[in-house]
Amino acid sequence: MLLLDFIRYHQHLTGTKIGCREGDCGACTVLLGELKTELNQESALNYRSVTSCLTPLGNVQGKHVVSIEGINMQELNPIQKAMSDESATQCGFCTPGFIMSLSGFCLSRKEPSPENAIASVDGNICRCTGYKSIERAVACVSDLLKTRDNTEPALFAAEQKILPAYFSGIRERLLKMEAYEFSGKEGSNARFVGGGTDLYVQKHDEMTHASIRFMLEDQSLKGIEIADNKCILGASSTVTDFGENPALQSYFPELKAYIKLISSTPIRNIATIAGNFVNASPIGDLTIFFLALETELELSDGKNVRTIPLRKFHTGYKQLDKRPEEFITRLWFELPFPNSKFNFEKVSKRTHLDIASVNSALSLQLENDAQGNEIISKALLSAGGVGPTPVFLEKTAAFLKGKTPDESLIIDIIKIAQTEIKPISDARGTEVYKRLLLSQLIKAHFLKFFPQLKAEALL
Amino acid sequence: MKNIDSFNHVRGESRYLDDIPLIQGTLFGVALGASVAHGIIKKLDLSEALALEGIVRIFTDKDITGENQIGGIVPDEPLLADHHVHFSGMPIAFVVAETEEIAREALKKIKVEIEALPVITDPREAQAKGELIVPPRTFRIGDTDAAWQDCAYVFEGKADTNGQEHLYIETQGAYAVPLENGVIKVYSSTQGPTAVQRAVCKVLGVPMHQIEVDVTRLGGGFGGKEDQANTWAALCALATHVLKKPVKYSLHRMEDMAMTGKRHPYSTDFKIGLSRELKILAYEATFFQNAGAAADLSPAVLERTLFHSVNTYFIPNVRVTGNSCRTNLPPNTAFRGFGGPQGMFVIEAAIVKAAESIGVEAAQIQRINLNKTGDEFHYGQIAQSESQACWEKALEIYGFDQMKEAVGAFNKANLLHKKGLALMPVCFGISFTNTMMNHARSLVHVYSDGSVNVSTGAVEMGQGVNTKILQVAAQVFSLNADKIRINSTNTFRIANTSPSAASATADLNGKATLIACTEILKRLKKVASDELKIDAKEIELKNELVLAGGAETGLDWKRLVALAFMKRVALSEHGHYATPEIHFDKTKEKGHPFAYHVYGTAITEVTIDCLRGTYEVDAVKVVHDFGTSMNPVIDKGQIEGGIVQGIGWMTLEELIYDKEGKLKSNALSTYKVPDIYAVPKKIEIDFLQTEQDNLAIFRSKAVGEPPLMYGIGAYFALRNAVKAFNPAAELPFDAPMTAEKVLLGLYAGKY
Ligand SMILES: Cc1cc2nc3c(=O)[nH]c(=O)nc-3n(C[C@H](O)[C@H](O)[C@H](O)COP(=O)(O)OP(=O)(O)OC[C@H]3O[C@@H](n4cnc5c(N)ncnc54)[C@H](O)[C@@H]3O)c2cc1C
Ligand code: FES
Ligand code: FES
Repeated sequence: MLLLDFIRYHQHLTGTKIGCREGDCGACTVLLGELKTELNQESALNYRSVTSCLTPLGNVQGKHVVSIEGINMQELNPIQKAMSDESATQCGFCTPGFIMSLSGFCLSRKEPSPENAIASVDGNICRCTGYKSIERAVACVSDLLKTRDNTEPALFAAEQKILPAYFSGIRERLLKMEAYEFSGKEGSNARFVGGGTDLYVQKHDEMTHASIRFMLEDQSLKGIEIADNKCILGASSTVTDFGENPALQSYFPELKAYIKLISSTPIRNIATIAGNFVNASPIGDLTIFFLALETELELSDGKNVRTIPLRKFHTGYKQLDKRPEEFITRLWFELPFPNSKFNFEKVSKRTHLDIASVNSALSLQLENDAQGNEIISKALLSAGGVGPTPVFLEKTAAFLKGKTPDESLIIDIIKIAQTEIKPISDARGTEVYKRLLLSQLIKAHFLKFFPQLKAEALL
Repeated sequence: MKNIDSFNHVRGESRYLDDIPLIQGTLFGVALGASVAHGIIKKLDLSEALALEGIVRIFTDKDITGENQIGGIVPDEPLLADHHVHFSGMPIAFVVAETEEIAREALKKIKVEIEALPVITDPREAQAKGELIVPPRTFRIGDTDAAWQDCAYVFEGKADTNGQEHLYIETQGAYAVPLENGVIKVYSSTQGPTAVQRAVCKVLGVPMHQIEVDVTRLGGGFGGKEDQANTWAALCALATHVLKKPVKYSLHRMEDMAMTGKRHPYSTDFKIGLSRELKILAYEATFFQNAGAAADLSPAVLERTLFHSVNTYFIPNVRVTGNSCRTNLPPNTAFRGFGGPQGMFVIEAAIVKAAESIGVEAAQIQRINLNKTGDEFHYGQIAQSESQACWEKALEIYGFDQMKEAVGAFNKANLLHKKGLALMPVCFGISFTNTMMNHARSLVHVYSDGSVNVSTGAVEMGQGVNTKILQVAAQVFSLNADKIRINSTNTFRIANTSPSAASATADLNGKATLIACTEILKRLKKVASDELKIDAKEIELKNELVLAGGAETGLDWKRLVALAFMKRVALSEHGHYATPEIHFDKTKEKGHPFAYHVYGTAITEVTIDCLRGTYEVDAVKVVHDFGTSMNPVIDKGQIEGGIVQGIGWMTLEELIYDKEGKLKSNALSTYKVPDIYAVPKKIEIDFLQTEQDNLAIFRSKAVGEPPLMYGIGAYFALRNAVKAFNPAAELPFDAPMTAEKVLLGLYAGKY
């Protein structure tokens, strides 16, 4: 059962709304609170917003579930007041979702800037207001948090009467809850469910009676480790875990900007990396991202473990080199060297919360040749939306090796890239468009890496 | 005053259809939609579905107790397909089960064999084959044939606009509950409770006094629930009528998107002629409206396209013809603007085509041709124009000339980004173009404790109409808002209503409320006059006190009401309002169809990324003719929302049907509406306050639809930005301007 149905039709709490059941509107947003223990640290109370329409009940085991009813007080709380005062609610159907996303923001440790506050509602669609009034309300909400120092957000929110007083006691109540043991008792044909953000959209009906193995909270599949210039990620790391990792942010200075292009806050909070690979969409953003990093996967069937390069994982349209009982446990890649460059590009019809028309990642290693010219010593180029699988552009990358990055080189490799792709026309664009777009994204990679290149020679 | 619902909205306590607590024994229905767009049903095998545990009944056209007909304007739309399927998603059967899950399970077990017939998705093809919903209509003024020879310039072209999915966030639905004596109460998410009532009565074969339709509020409508809520209500009511059990159906998003009609796509040929001084002397257009498989509201939508085909320009010679073309898409329907936007897009395209060909700026042609008070529209009405006032004010207060210079300088300095600017003046007529629909009623009760209850035919869907009606009552009685309650919209309380549409809801229902309250007030004053022995003319109610000649009298509202009650004075009134002055003669296509027009001008600035083809709207700056706004907060919200919806239609929102008539953009993942990052970075709205009398409630002009058309500016601004990068690009007039079209335009002819 999905959390949404449980809340609305079993608990009869009708403040949580249904707009799409596909994670795309945010009307069903609720919060999940849990205690997270980082190495050698006191456990921290952590809240995140999620789309309840894609969250199986199994994924909320041991957590504090907050629906809109759980944040109502006698009077309007300041978040609600801001939305009401700014007339940021017209038909009102989207409103509880917005309020919950903003409550999630108040409970998070994100810096309380207006930009971050706006980002917290990036998964909420409002068809009525035109968002300007919502922007004004959201600005008031970020102001509420200005005086918060290192106080735990939930305590601060309770003290300041932003949220009900009971939030100050949640830590104790969670501590008293029985620890959730990963049971592993499911039948051998159990389906792996990560965040469920693909499965419950694509196979909604099938999942109703399926036997499930919940991966998202399996601690053995979590964690991000950095050692020996290598990054090892647990398969159930979420997009948020990945994007908010401070160490990774220093290796990929634009990581936050890339991540912002992927789905929305409540989806990223539950969507796993393994889920993206296994879903095998030809335009999976994480797949394209990790392809250009020569990522290796570790697969296990519970007994035997093997590793395989991500490049070899997708063998055909939605076909994988994976037996049904195998699951991904970990993945790793070499961190970029100081003299290497990485860039990810994505263009979709709507810039945010949309699937790519075409996406692409390029990583380059550079060195100086005998004459002191900068040359490309290694190149890895991936592209999505241009074939039945995520594409690793092998010939293009090979051609780059040993070359000096200049305008004519870019024109040359675009021609090669065009021979390596087979886009089709669909709802995300015509073939002609996708071909042109990939060329443009390749130019974009290079113009970002080498701003001295003459753009007019490329356009 | 804030929207009176906002307190409950932000707490999640407002009640929508799916939130109504269920009555025990409620059954759940789900409709089976056709999987092909055109064909003959050869076999419909329900046996496997019926064998499922928990299935109660499966309804097909044979089970309809009345008429299998829900067409509003033209009776051409069966509720459930008989043997002929006309569009993909057309309801064929209605499964009723003990749970929704079982009903959905059963859907998959129904076996339908349909012999496919040729599918038409293109309105021009339909027209060529004679597939018209109603005969073509032509509006004309002057003599275009004769005028062409006086023109220094004549240009012809084609302009297309795609449809638009309403995407009200609350999907369609209905819940029918049996009462005694065969009465059925239908909760419906509809803009037209009476339309639902009529459709249900026809399908069930029962008189209207047996069907109570009740609407508390909608989670958005935008026209999509004006006529198309009827289907679900009729299906649920039919099942209730037969089974004597409550039956509910709340559509899943993909069902809603697949089964319901949208804004009409149009394809249009135009011809425009100008004098050397850039005066538009003649304009002709032939519209091909993609009506879908049944009439629904298409003829009325087409009519408004013709009315607004010259937008806000005065053109002495006009001939515009509209074809409502029958295709195999779901029947298209009302959507904010109601055909007006489609008409305005074409004249704007024609002006741009002329400007580009002559080598002047479009704004020059626009400005010279704005209408003035006294000009005659091609349908005979004489303009009371604010067109030039809005335009000139916008140019001035927003510093248009400086904006233009700045954009020019930016484009010179930047290669990878280009900016574009466009002006979009708008003139939109207020009233149902079908004159007989322009009336409304309001039932006002003053209870003996002084509290007030108001019922009207208006449906609250976020536009704030209930707030405005409350303001009317509060103002007339000089009462605090907390003394007044606005009831749900209910056909047993208010009969024979027009739908909440045409931006006229607050005007019509507000005026009816004004009439009812004024009548009660008159009686109360009489009571006070008798009691105080003071001439009624001296008596005034102010802030809940009874004043005489401005001085307190010791009487207050509560005591006055109690007194009136004791004196057996009627404290209830049913007010009726019918818009005066309006008329339209369809045999001549002339008359005075609109109570008034709303004017405005928008300046839109955009920036495109010339590498990736993506874009942002930097700003939309508007001067809007409000008359005298009675609720600036709500009106501003309507304008901001309308602009963004209009921009969505012109940019991101791309409805895609394949050749087989199947919707490809069938979910929120493939049909993208604006999110918080896609909206203009800045929206500025300036109020053009006017003092002239008009027929609006408290002179506060209607504001629901007109702003949507400001969004058209975004299309032309993007076009200008593309041209700044690639002046040689030949860009067809074909909205929406998606990122794909921008990129292909930027590089058209380059590779
Ligand atoms: C609204 C919305 C927006 C989205 N936007 C984007 C976007 O912008 N870019 C993008 O790339 N994707 C997007 N997605 C898709 C989705 O969020 C991602 O693909 C996500 O990474 C899937 O992870 P998950 O954990 O939710 O997968 P799930 O749905 O749980 O699982 C997906 C598949 O992976 C399998 N699986 C899960 N974990 C494992 C494991 N450890 N080992 C083996 N198999 C496993 C499941 O059995 C299933 O077959 C979007 C989805 C939604 C609903
Ligand atoms: S219902 Fe739309 S995101 Fe869950
Ligand atoms: S207020 Fe209607 S969808 Fe946001």
